[in-house]
Amino acid sequence: MYQVIGGIISPVNDNYKKKDLAAAHHRVAMVQLALQMSDWIRVDTWECEQAQWMETVKVLRHHHHQLLRSLSPEEGPDQGTAVSPAPAAAPELKFLCGADVLKTFQTPNLWKDEHIQEIVEKFGLVCVGRAGHDPKAYIMGSPILRRYQHNIHLVREPVQNEISATYIRSALGQGQSVKYLLPDAVIAYIKNHNLYSRDSPQKGNGTRNSGAETGQGGPATAPLSSP
Amino acid sequence: MEDPGKTEVVLLACGSFNPVTNMHLRLFELARDYMNGTGKYRVVKGIISPVGDAYKKKGLISAHHRVIMAELATKNSSWVEVDSWESLQKEWTETEKVLRHHQEKLEAGGCDRQQDSPVLERPGRKRKWAEQRSEVSQKKSLEPRTKGVPEVKLLCGADILESFGVPNLWKSEDIAKIVGVYGLVCVTRVGNDAQKFIYESDVLWKHRANIHLVNEWITNDISSTKIRRALRRGQSIRYLVPDLVGEYIEKHSLYSSESEERNVGVVLAPLQRNTADTNSNPTV
Repeated sequence: MYQVIGGIISPVNDNYKKKDLAAAHHRVAMVQLALQMSDWIRVDTWECEQAQWMETVKVLRHHHHQLLRSLSPEEGPDQGTAVSPAPAAAPELKFLCGADVLKTFQTPNLWKDEHIQEIVEKFGLVCVGRAGHDPKAYIMGSPILRRYQHNIHLVREPVQNEISATYIRSALGQGQSVKYLLPDAVIAYIKNHNLYSRDSPQKGNGTRNSGAETGQGGPATAPLSSP
Repeated sequence: MEDPGKTEVVLLACGSFNPVTNMHLRLFELARDYMNGTGKYRVVKGIISPVGDAYKKKGLISAHHRVIMAELATKNSSWVEVDSWESLQKEWTETEKVLRHHQEKLEAGGCDRQQDSPVLERPGRKRKWAEQRSEVSQKKSLEPRTKGVPEVKLLCGADILESFGVPNLWKSEDIAKIVGVYGLVCVTRVGNDAQKFIYESDVLWKHRANIHLVNEWITNDISSTKIRRALRRGQSIRYLVPDLVGEYIEKHSLYSSESEERNVGVVLAPLQRNTADTNSNPTV
């Protein structure tokens, strides 16, 4: 049995160079606005503040380390968590993603096998379903995932909600309304900073990476968020 | 800012709104973008008209709460508002009559006049009792629309369109008036059978120019039924309904197993009325 004590949204580094990726400080600001009303999810800027893009497993290691440090006996209980003073087991950090990300584990050269293993073995995955995806099949089709399937929690989405950032950007580019798909505060921010309109300057325009394609060589890239 | 070439449109959505969800609100946004995008129309207002308690649908909580939630949901909208006329009627009121009521109100020049809200007063939008309504309520058929008066159209999802086929749910003459006199703006999922349904119905086919199908590219499955189910199970409905609506539901403990049992065993008002009518015609 689990008790979820916190959620972290970690926007990717600008050096990921994904097409249409707006500057990190904007993306962080928008997440903060979106989380205004949340009492348990927060945004973390460590990843996007690094000098280079970094693999997901490194981000997980960093946050797990931070989590253990903040709850260790020497430093006293962290004020911000809802955990009871003496947790029976060490807190676990799990990678939350959509089924589309799970599928990208299959893309050649996108993830290092040892990273996939570390993610499912040491941390664990919480995977939310998405229309058109069959996460059980992805797990069964991969020896690593199969071995650690007990550590992969599949969440069925009772209310199917196919809002994708790709659609949002496309609708905005065409001057269509995205009200009720995003929090009003985020929509206002996008408007005020002229993000995602047809003529607004975007980082990463012109590169062919779309998250699921192979990188340009060098260290294997790893997709982090939905396209 | 009037464009003489364009027809002004008011989008009217009828339904239980039990509770109102982000999906309902999205319908308005999608419909407005679509109609404005045709270049022929200019959508000037959206109206949410929650059904009255006399509808007797299973799980329907009091109109008082449903109207307030709809008002909270549209608080931040510049063009969509709530009208409580339908919900205040003692007897259940056919959709065609609600359309007629709103069209006549517009004809009478009452574009900004609103019925008194049961509870919520919006700052800057004074609501007055529309007495004129009683004088024009007995019109049998609409006269040719006065030029310059916006046209009221029924905004709905594909489920409403397809409910035209449910026996005794709608009077066939009402369906004819809804599509023939007013018009339908129907938001459907891509690949939905709406077009096929229109093709297979003579009356819908005849007025197909007056039935606007709007594609919903994002599957949006946020039905009120699922919201109520999630609430009964203690699951989060965050981000599925506006925050203010979620807070109101929580504060008043609106939905439970008990509330879901309301009207169990009671016949839905339109079925009751249309079956009882000895002259009922088979629906489309």
